[in-house]
Amino acid sequence: MELHILLFFMIFAAIAALEVKDLLSSVIAVGAVGFALCLAFLILKAPDLAITQLVVEILCLIILIRATIKRDLPLIIEGRWFFNTISTLVFIAVFLFFASAALKELPGFGHPIMAVVKKYLTEGKSQTGAVNLVTAVILDFRAYDTLGEATVLFTSVIGIMAILRRPGRKKAQ
Amino acid sequence: MKKNPFIDHPGAGMSLIVKTITRLTIGLILLFGIYIVLHGHLSPGGGFAGGVIIALSFVHLMIAFGKDAAVSKVSKNMAANLESIGALIFLCIGLLGFFGGSFFLNILGKGEHFKLFSSGTIPLSNIAIGLKVGVGLFAIFLALVILERSKKGL
Repeated sequence: MELHILLFFMIFAAIAALEVKDLLSSVIAVGAVGFALCLAFLILKAPDLAITQLVVEILCLIILIRATIKRDLPLIIEGRWFFNTISTLVFIAVFLFFASAALKELPGFGHPIMAVVKKYLTEGKSQTGAVNLVTAVILDFRAYDTLGEATVLFTSVIGIMAILRRPGRKKAQ
Repeated sequence: MKKNPFIDHPGAGMSLIVKTITRLTIGLILLFGIYIVLHGHLSPGGGFAGGVIIALSFVHLMIAFGKDAAVSKVSKNMAANLESIGALIFLCIGLLGFFGGSFFLNILGKGEHFKLFSSGTIPLSNIAIGLKVGVGLFAIFLALVILERSKKGL
């Protein structure tokens, strides 16, 4: 149910990003799609992907907003040091509270709660022959993920070479 | 006669001290990167980490001796080709698994634990990824350096 609401929200935000006239509003609508995707990953029980999506989304949003705004946004700090300090301290306290609560709930080292991890730990060495279990996971059990990562790196290198190649820059001048 | 990159570009790069130290250390850095790649299935490390160290050895060469010394070792086209070859080798290792039944199946012999030649296709994948990552990162750095040069000329 939540997933359907999120999906409809993402489709709506994507259409809004295409149709809206203002460039900054469009960028923010794209960001909304990304954050909804992050929530969808959380609902689908993939917190690692959700964290990656969140980080990449924030980074892309900052870069895109910086690229769409011509001047620096004015930052007013005079006369507000009391409010700023108090809000910073409150946010640090809230973060520490939730972090301590989350750390208490973590499973102990070597006692995973997921069955598949237990299987990796017990059978990894005998099934793959690799004594470094991290390599055994990323290049044997989850090698398909690693192929995706290698593709991401390959695509980024191609993109950089295409942007920075000589004829492309000469045309721009 | 083959050009020696350490001698033929006297004006480029940094001072004599840096060049001498680089000449002594660069081989060790490259060797350490290769060691990390080859022993990825035995000790911490692997293709990604070792590839970055290999790329850093070439970046080191470029910073100390100037752009031409590094380009004479690995040119931009060669870097692009090697990167593609690394990616293709990794994909071929994945396709090799189809001989055993499924994608990325480890079909080679597992060998003995704690030996260099063990665990089937994992060392081969590490080598392919190391080649890809090392050359790819170096290609990015090279592209940025070439951009810097052409900006100066404007």
